[in-house]
Amino acid sequence: MSDLTHMSIAGALKGLESKDFTAVELAQAHIDAVEAAKDLNAFVTETPEIALKQAAESDKRRADSKAGALDGIPLAIKDLFCTEGVQTTASSHILEGFVPQYESTVTANLFREGAVMLGKASLDEFAMGSGNTHSYFGNVINPWKGEDGKPLVPGGSSGGSAAIVAARAAMGATGTDTGGSIRQPASFCGITGVKPTYGRCSRWGVIAFASSLDQPGVLARSTEDCALLLQSMAGHDPKDSTSAQKDVPDFAAAITGDIKGFKIGIPKEYRMDGMPDEIEKLWQQGVEWIKDAGADIVDISLPHTKYALATYYIIAPAEASSNLARYDGVRYGLREEGEDLRAMYEKTRAAGFGDEVKRRIMIGTYVLSAGYYDAYYIKAQKVRRLISEDFTKAFEQCDALLTPTAPSAAFAIGENEDDPIKMYLNDVFTVPASLAGLPGMSVPAGLNADGLPLGLQVIGRPWDEETVFKVGGVLEEKAAFTALPQSVIRKAA
Amino acid sequence: MAQLTKGKTGEWETVIGMEVHAQVIAESKLFSGASTKFGAEPNSQVSLVDAAMPGMLPVLNEHVVEQAIKTGLGINSQVNKHSVFARKNYFYPDLPQGYQISQFDQPIVGEGTIEIDLKDGTVKEIGITRMHLEQDAGKSLHDQHPTKSYVDLNRSGCALMEIVSEPDIRGPEEAAAYISKLRMILRYLGTCDGNMDEGSMRADVNISVRKPGAELGTRAEIKNVNSVKAVQQSIDFEVQRQIEILEGGGEIKQETRLWDPDKNETRSMRSKEEAHDYRYFPDPDLLPLELSDEQIERIRKTLPELPDEKKHRFMDEFGLSAYDASVLIAERPRADYYETVAKDRDAKLAANWVINELLGILNKNDQDIADSPISAENLGGMIGLISDNTISGKIAKDVFAEMYKSGKDAGSIVEEKGLKQVTDTGAIEAIVDEVLAENPDNVAAYKGGKDKLFGFFVGQVMKKSQGKANPAAVNELLKQKLS
Repeated sequence: MSDLTHMSIAGALKGLESKDFTAVELAQAHIDAVEAAKDLNAFVTETPEIALKQAAESDKRRADSKAGALDGIPLAIKDLFCTEGVQTTASSHILEGFVPQYESTVTANLFREGAVMLGKASLDEFAMGSGNTHSYFGNVINPWKGEDGKPLVPGGSSGGSAAIVAARAAMGATGTDTGGSIRQPASFCGITGVKPTYGRCSRWGVIAFASSLDQPGVLARSTEDCALLLQSMAGHDPKDSTSAQKDVPDFAAAITGDIKGFKIGIPKEYRMDGMPDEIEKLWQQGVEWIKDAGADIVDISLPHTKYALATYYIIAPAEASSNLARYDGVRYGLREEGEDLRAMYEKTRAAGFGDEVKRRIMIGTYVLSAGYYDAYYIKAQKVRRLISEDFTKAFEQCDALLTPTAPSAAFAIGENEDDPIKMYLNDVFTVPASLAGLPGMSVPAGLNADGLPLGLQVIGRPWDEETVFKVGGVLEEKAAFTALPQSVIRKAA
Repeated sequence: MAQLTKGKTGEWETVIGMEVHAQVIAESKLFSGASTKFGAEPNSQVSLVDAAMPGMLPVLNEHVVEQAIKTGLGINSQVNKHSVFARKNYFYPDLPQGYQISQFDQPIVGEGTIEIDLKDGTVKEIGITRMHLEQDAGKSLHDQHPTKSYVDLNRSGCALMEIVSEPDIRGPEEAAAYISKLRMILRYLGTCDGNMDEGSMRADVNISVRKPGAELGTRAEIKNVNSVKAVQQSIDFEVQRQIEILEGGGEIKQETRLWDPDKNETRSMRSKEEAHDYRYFPDPDLLPLELSDEQIERIRKTLPELPDEKKHRFMDEFGLSAYDASVLIAERPRADYYETVAKDRDAKLAANWVINELLGILNKNDQDIADSPISAENLGGMIGLISDNTISGKIAKDVFAEMYKSGKDAGSIVEEKGLKQVTDTGAIEAIVDEVLAENPDNVAAYKGGKDKLFGFFVGQVMKKSQGKANPAAVNELLKQKLS
């Protein structure tokens, strides 16, 4: 049975179609795997009954030749997507017990195509973090372990999603990416993650962190699997004013392995002081693979890169401070009674939000305040435009960019906790593309000396996920990444 | 002419700017599909967006945008092709999102002017600074439970237009004329019903006083004044209050005040209210609002004739005085009624009847022109009967009263009651002779120089003819016979 949990989505769809196994068997195998992976703490809420019910319905549809594009595929849903009738928490105490009466557009699209939900995957509270250490429900543990065997972070904020897919307990997962929250955990967990162009997937029903940056995307174990999932998730939604009225191309069809004549840009500003050698080496390896495949390497410059993190840590908290104002104890979620209204607000929010969320609400409130707005928020918006223009100019010279996904491999739980800035540096390579709203992908490309996975990032032009998938597919083929997390090997043995 | 107020130290000038909040006439809210009907059960018109459930997003109501464009054009103001929705952040239980979506530095409508008509017949221009769209808040109910407050979100998210004037207003009369004119324009446009008692239009009044020619004084803002009368009264009170403070050597505090119509005074609101830093920033859930010239021109073509245009047309076309014209155009249904009455008839006579008789009796009975038992066609018919001498003006009053009572047309009433005017000079002459014969003393006095007695003879003749004698013929005959 464990074979079922190691299959690709594409393979499983074939197996279901040729009746090698049923959707219920596939679901059960994954429910068992979720059970076995409990020590990872990857789920806030497990929904095995729902999974089995959906799988049974899927089998019936397939028997009636009415199967959808993802019929019977078991997925983990990041607990930031509102799911009708199923608790949705954003990994926050303030939303503990909150059960939406509506389904997010992205999950509705997935379920329309027959996807099966295994549970709601943990995340950094309100998607704020890079290690999944800021969850009210405890940190998620990376299924990978270094030589010293210390528990590692899975990355964040989509850490639960990444960990559970890497642990072969879900075939894929939804994620959201605001500054790297899909790509960085994908890199830390040795899987593939795609953040599409801002506006490609609807944000309706996704609990907001920073509205101008948040974008739903996917985590899976191959570029093709990511393409299949994204295909069903994406598309215009009239309920989200920032969702684009654009046709969704056939992402999987773009993975041809042929990038001959393509120009791939290498931004010199991403070669940072103090970057570990192993990251530098991996990047160079990626360059060689691209050349081997017949594409040209172009040195390009993104001169405003060094301002990206600072810009991001003004804009994202500013929007968050406003987006999170609705959690006030009045209508839903946690309420801590107080002697008057103000006391109720203060007690509720003090008890309901964790430290990192409070930190960002305070930063955001500060940068929007009278007297600071121009110096921080307005200036950050101007720099954001410059960063965006950097990319526009770069794409006059090349078709996609190749960079490392993150400046390091997964680190030990607790390691960067004392210094928020150090934690923020994890997103140094992913944040610029987020600020520019560009599509990006992380592909597992190798292991470091400690046996931990490292990812390479491909960044594309707006709305050109096809080139991202094409280049990502080549890296995937060349890297032939087959390593498994220790916990998976142990269980298989 | 600026209206000045006398104080102990001389005259003071009042300077007023107004912010008027007008609820947009629309089926659904500014950013959600929930209904906007007034008076529904609490919380029965609340969408997931209005309740600010997690993950909900606003979608702009296109109809409201069209209404805003219409209003901008109607108040002679610049419609901005690029405008931006911004969040105004503050905590309150009737504000579910924790922010109000409004427009801040880039509103949909920019500068313009409207004309107000003053009692002395002069016209004054009041500058419009801007107009923007914003969400209304819900309503906190404090009287439903001994210890708890309830919140009704029906109004939460309804579209409001905030129309901001320049500080061009110089006293209670101008303020009243301004808000009345604005309300009239919005009603003509059909963009706001202007019902101040239902809260669909309310004003914040910014008031300061200064010695004529001096720099602007510190202002106080009176919030949520909800009738024209209250606007005037609150200004009267506030001006006196400020002058007393200043003349007593004190300083005006810039603050928000509340109008209490029961105590007839303004009161300071808690200063905490003003400590707000709203932290405005562009709403990242909404794209900037881009309008095309075509769209604006298309809406311009649908504009109705506006009050000022109508007023001038009534003066030119019907020869009415400025006063009569302003009374008639005050409400669009009233103007339409008048035009029907006046069609192909003596327009001035029609105006007199509509203004003096019809509006008089409707007012007395607290009725609108829409409730008038006399249709415009029937009143027009009556004017026709006066003009062709079928009835006299005096008889017409009786006919009018009967029309008001029964709703019948003038012709049938005249017919039924035999009120047709006597124009037969022979019959009138007989009555004239009779009257002169009965009053020899008066005839002698008249001939002796008491000209005023002429009216007495006319009265007697009319009385004898039961009002049916044609007054012109009576005058003519009396003149002949008494000369």
